[in-house]
Amino acid sequence: MEKALKHRCPVCGMDVDVPADYMPGELVEHECGVVLELVENGGRLQLRVFGGVEEDWGE
Amino acid sequence: MSQGPTVLFTYDILREDEKLLLRALKELARVNPIHIPSTPLQIGNPNRVAADIALVRGVSGRTALYGAIAVESWGIRSINTPESIMAASDKAYTHLSLSRKGVPQPRTLVSTDPQAIPMAVRDIGYPAVVKPVKGSWGRLVNMVRDEFEAQLVAEHRSYLGVDLRASIIQEYVEKPGRDIRTFCVGGEAPAGIYRELSGGFATNIARGARASPVRLDRELEDLTLRSCEAVGVEVGGVDIVEDLRGGYVVLEVNPVPEFKTTQRVTGVDMAGIIAGYVVSSARR
Repeated sequence: MEKALKHRCPVCGMDVDVPADYMPGELVEHECGVVLELVENGGRLQLRVFGGVEEDWGE
Repeated sequence: MSQGPTVLFTYDILREDEKLLLRALKELARVNPIHIPSTPLQIGNPNRVAADIALVRGVSGRTALYGAIAVESWGIRSINTPESIMAASDKAYTHLSLSRKGVPQPRTLVSTDPQAIPMAVRDIGYPAVVKPVKGSWGRLVNMVRDEFEAQLVAEHRSYLGVDLRASIIQEYVEKPGRDIRTFCVGGEAPAGIYRELSGGFATNIARGARASPVRLDRELEDLTLRSCEAVGVEVGGVDIVEDLRGGYVVLEVNPVPEFKTTQRVTGVDMAGIIAGYVVSSARR
């Protein structure tokens, strides 16, 4: 893993390590128990609580 | 970095399946990933993005569909096509497509108004299965065993959003406690799994079903390929049940299938096979 980027969990406020080579759409499970989705807004990384998807394809 | 063709990879969530695909694609091609939720997609602008082909993924059906629509509007061939994703996204339309190819399916009625569900179930006979016309992972799939349950399901459906009120009502196919998920990739059927019940009657892995490898006999292979051809998908998953009265019955076709469990239990390199097909299609 490349050097981690420090971000703040939007739920518990604690630090979240995000790999420098992250891709938007990756999910990160934080130690507080929440699953965070890495998204970009105007090229800036944001962390938001993953809310699932409305429809899906299964296996 | 590979010097192969350039592959657009559209997606929303990077699950294990997408990560496996990205890794396999990067060994064969230059990969340009597009995260659909954070990327407004201009439609109808040829040559906007330089790429030889696109592999469309999406946990959300809308992500897959709109990704396919956008890349085809840029003049790039999409695997799968928007038309096939639309066809596979609607269970009633899938039923029509499979019927045209003579693929065996359960007897099916469609109802746009939940109030008609009890009438449809009486026509099919008890027990029947009621499913939203759109959706997967077995969500909102109900078995209805009597008039009381039919009324209950109808009432529940009437409180759902418009998209979930249309239902298909199918005869319940007695199966041996499992069903089958097979895969097609470019006219080949590389692998399949049994999905064994873990309670209830839905056999989706997402709902806890156990997976084991299935040997694809000639009939299963033929059904898999005919089903995918009927709907128009080049890379797809097919849900099949063994009818205890004899033969196989096809339930649905999935145009953006998860495959990680299949890869794990069969040892077949599904990601490599799909990536190889996409790259070889770009060269044709």
